[in-house]
Amino acid sequence: MGIIRTKDLVYEYVRRDEEGNVEGFTTAVDKVDLDVQPGEFIAILGHNGSGKSTLAKHINAILNPTEGSVWVDGMDTSEEEHIWDIRQRAGMVFQNPDNQIIGQVVEEDVGFGPENMGVTTKEIWERVEESLKAVGMYEYRRHSPNKLSGGQKQRVSIAGVLAMHPKCIVLDEPTAMLDPKGRREVIRAVRALNEVEGITVVLITHYMEETIHADRVFVMDSGKIAMEGTPRQIFSQVERLQELRLDVPQVTLLAHELRRKGVGLPEGILTVEELADALAGSR
Amino acid sequence: MLRDITLGQYYQTESVIHRLDPRVKLGGTLGYIISLFFFRNFLGYGVAAVFLATVIGLSHVPFRFIVKGMKAIVFLLLITVTFNLFLTPGTEVVSVWRLTITVEGLRTAVTMAIRLTMLIIGSSLMTLTTTPNNLTDGMESMMKPLKALRVPVHEVAMIMSIALRFIPILLEETDKIMKAQIARGADFETGNIVRRARALVPLLVPLFISAFRRANDLAMAMEARCYRGGEGRTKMKPLVYQRRDRLGQICILAYLAISITAGRLRL
Repeated sequence: MGIIRTKDLVYEYVRRDEEGNVEGFTTAVDKVDLDVQPGEFIAILGHNGSGKSTLAKHINAILNPTEGSVWVDGMDTSEEEHIWDIRQRAGMVFQNPDNQIIGQVVEEDVGFGPENMGVTTKEIWERVEESLKAVGMYEYRRHSPNKLSGGQKQRVSIAGVLAMHPKCIVLDEPTAMLDPKGRREVIRAVRALNEVEGITVVLITHYMEETIHADRVFVMDSGKIAMEGTPRQIFSQVERLQELRLDVPQVTLLAHELRRKGVGLPEGILTVEELADALAGSR
Repeated sequence: MLRDITLGQYYQTESVIHRLDPRVKLGGTLGYIISLFFFRNFLGYGVAAVFLATVIGLSHVPFRFIVKGMKAIVFLLLITVTFNLFLTPGTEVVSVWRLTITVEGLRTAVTMAIRLTMLIIGSSLMTLTTTPNNLTDGMESMMKPLKALRVPVHEVAMIMSIALRFIPILLEETDKIMKAQIARGADFETGNIVRRARALVPLLVPLFISAFRRANDLAMAMEARCYRGGEGRTKMKPLVYQRRDRLGQICILAYLAISITAGRLRL
């Protein structure tokens, strides 16, 4: 069994009108089966309202399934006694960097998780140092989070999760509120965690270009998993992706259009370099 | 314009006073304030002034910075002095129209002015030399005995430190909303008080909504990081009494003994 597993996961919430009367039920996640192996880098893609964030919140036991089950490291998230172990093992980074930083100094924020877990003072300092170094924010340890850029704040949030020594990190659209530079910083930090520290990563996003380094990509649509495969497999189905209202990266789109016009290119081109090489080789 | 407000007024520099344990500073300030109300003569205030001047000197906070903070209370000070000056009955000194100044009134007014000024300088010195975080830590630790009375000490301290963290964020947001509304023709600067207060309503509504949303997000983020109240929690920066803190305590006790004895002498 993998580190994260869901089986027939269904999550419904009640829709209410302005007086609070029940209008009906919305199924945000609909029979999702997921099996993530330790050390994997998983990306979950989907447009707004596809249920990807709802799915993510199940992994951290913030939400409990309406039907089906979720296991994290072999523990069932619906069992109350495991809840803190699960939250320690599967850390979570949220979308808005301002709304998840608790400390008034960077190092204090990173120490917040270990403090909650009851780690000794000496070890908290060691963990804070190593986590901040891992995301490249060590020289900012005494700064106020308010003075940092969005990308830096998000890296501090990642360090805050890292200091809890999780086996897995779930990032719920960590780049949605950042500028392109901040997005690159965050994605680079996430990749480093996965490659260097061997931490399992579940990256939730609606930017396709952030998923090209993932081991597997899942595309969600109306609560269901619509596509699954390696980035290359996913990216080669341009029409299907557009049907699912995803913005296909320009390079992939260009290569796709060229191929349709008869240029001898392979499907699923992911980067500019790759396209350049392919074009040079096809001549 | 709103960003100019500095709350908590911490003055960043290196000094013995800055490094002192917040509990010593809190206790010291409290003792100092109480001592001001014990004096019966001006000698007591003299001793207190010397003590205050020494602490200011040690703190490396420039005096004009402290005075700047006094501006806000000049008005309050003036009212207090005026009322005491004219409304105290006793031996008459001068009398103009229906206003009479008495010897007793003069004395109370001067005492009041000195007392208030010293009180405010003393307490602002504490906030100037202690980071808000340190202050909440100190309060949490000092209020610990109240836990027996079921006062949620840890929670109160946590609420205070989160509020302090969000003040700049919410100020920035207010600024943003204000600018957005000014751009659409809102007017916050003209008209009488009622009009200006009314103009603030469309500012406060979005601000409140956003504050609630932020609170909700933050609560989720805290729980995701295993926050479950003060139980079983360890500290990254625990407060530990050092030699200088004990020395500070002794200095404060010495000050209290000297000033109160001096201040209660019948001269």
